[in-house]
Amino acid sequence: MASTAATARTTRAAKGLETIAAPRRRPPISKIVGRILFWLLILFILFYTLFPFYWAIVSSLTFDSQLFNTPASYWPSQIDWSHYAYVLRNDDFLKALRNSVVVSVGTVAIALLLGSLAAFALGRIQFRGRTAILYIILSMTMFPGVAILGSLFLMIRGEWFLHTPNLYNTRIALIVTYLIFTLPFTIWVMTQFFKAMPGELEEAALVDGAGYMRVFWQILLPLAAPGLVTTGLLAFIAAWNEFLFALTFTNNYDARTVQVAISQFSGRTQYELPYANRMAASVLVTLPLIALVLIFQRKILAGLTAGAVKG
Amino acid sequence: MSASADVAPLPEVSTATQRRERPAGTLGRRRERLAWLLVLPSLLVVLLVALYPLIQTFRLSFTNTRLASARTPRVVGFDNYVDLLREDAFRSTLWHTVVFTVSSVFFETILGLAIALVIHSNFRGRGGVRTAMLVPWAIPTVVSASMWQWMYHDVFGVVNDILVNRLHILDQKVAWLANPATALPAIIAVDVWKTTPFMALLLLAGLQLISTDIYEASLVDGANRVQQFFQITLPLLRPALLVALIFRTLDAFRVFDVIYVMKQFAPETMTVAVYARQQLIDLAKLGRGSAAAVIIFLCIFVFVVLYTRLIKVEEM
Repeated sequence: MASTAATARTTRAAKGLETIAAPRRRPPISKIVGRILFWLLILFILFYTLFPFYWAIVSSLTFDSQLFNTPASYWPSQIDWSHYAYVLRNDDFLKALRNSVVVSVGTVAIALLLGSLAAFALGRIQFRGRTAILYIILSMTMFPGVAILGSLFLMIRGEWFLHTPNLYNTRIALIVTYLIFTLPFTIWVMTQFFKAMPGELEEAALVDGAGYMRVFWQILLPLAAPGLVTTGLLAFIAAWNEFLFALTFTNNYDARTVQVAISQFSGRTQYELPYANRMAASVLVTLPLIALVLIFQRKILAGLTAGAVKG
Repeated sequence: MSASADVAPLPEVSTATQRRERPAGTLGRRRERLAWLLVLPSLLVVLLVALYPLIQTFRLSFTNTRLASARTPRVVGFDNYVDLLREDAFRSTLWHTVVFTVSSVFFETILGLAIALVIHSNFRGRGGVRTAMLVPWAIPTVVSASMWQWMYHDVFGVVNDILVNRLHILDQKVAWLANPATALPAIIAVDVWKTTPFMALLLLAGLQLISTDIYEASLVDGANRVQQFFQITLPLLRPALLVALIFRTLDAFRVFDVIYVMKQFAPETMTVAVYARQQLIDLAKLGRGSAAAVIIFLCIFVFVVLYTRLIKVEEM
């Protein structure tokens, strides 16, 4: 597969060199075969990446009676919306959806607020301890959640040295614990955004007598808006997709998120296989993410390579 | 080398270095105080929800604490660790974690590199293919696990349908997840599917940094494609490859979601993180579970040290 890309590059390079040195000319038939193989490869890559989600959509739209046909049909002959109707009428699922929105939005809002303040200091102000803080923040982005699961569980239930209320099975517990992976990531990426801005901006404002905070709110933060959108999106996706904490710190639909709901989705009766409903629920919680990703794909690609952090 | 070099080029003369040269007067001190004030809320959060619980995990791992138990916990030294390492069940979770990590990172890298090289060439619809790569990445792990669980279904699953009825590669249907021999490989395949695009996109960003001049020059020197790949592409891609590898290794080593959703606590696929969660919460053995969690943490810590060395914070 490696050679296909190399071929394309070689031919591109060869075109440029034609005036300098006569390149070896290949018979056109092999070129055509090469083109066909290349497109087959592209088709295969697309099939590999997209088919599972396509299959989830097809299954969610298939009548239960046809779902268990063998051999399977790859194109639904009739579309059946009943699984979506079932999921959207399911109180538990709707509650879970609301919990997920509240938790993800809450976490992202706090992470962006605290994170951009910290990133402003780390990116624009030279002070002692800056490097140490950056190291701490960076190592936090790679923190394994399971390493603190037990102690967080105790803290959430108020069983530690401070007298805190029992937050077990609340959305607040999830919002606060989700900061573990959203905040360091936000700080890390936003620091790079602030750092990349030209220094004259604030120098000029500071000479004019504006305070640091005014420079931050009125000049730098508006300029950092694209960065805020990117990090906010990535943090939102990470929070929306989180599973371990949501599973451990909740026990009913007062706080359960959609990820936990899907993992525990069952059929209308205990004899019914839940697959089609589960696929409908899966498609419903994934479509908003895919829409966001498609709309903001450029920003997301830039942010992914900037932070190189999955969450 | 920095992971960000390709996105946010740092200004040649950073304002920070200019400032450092200034004499620290009252203004400097005020600025320093402001910086700490701005960082403080974030530091407090990190301290409260990450560092403190981490220290607690270490402390708990040396005790026999149980969840919701009236018994006063006792310090037991390294007993939890010794017990764990003597126990076959735990050793096999370590083994599964290593198998999972090594094989999924290996296949992701090979496939990701291949896909990145294909997308890197110029063709119509390239942007579309790149967008399609984001779909598996955006799908929540829980969703992708349930999708594949359905695809792997022993009787009605599409995987068996393709392999048995369409391509005739297999003679009879396989119970991919129920069969202990195929369960872990099947789950690894799901992880590879989900994370290969991420790998491909990171490597693609690395490939785009390599100047085409080098290839043209090597062509003049008479290098063939294989030589170009091994002597130009691979060495120049090394930084991007390393970052991607380390990130994926860290992520794979703590794997929980995909295993738990597809197989819960089944012994044949249990990884250390799943084991830790079962001990900590389901069996209420906080001490023992914390010891397992510390083992994961220490393994990952080694990689983190490696990583922070690679990307050099000072240059930020």
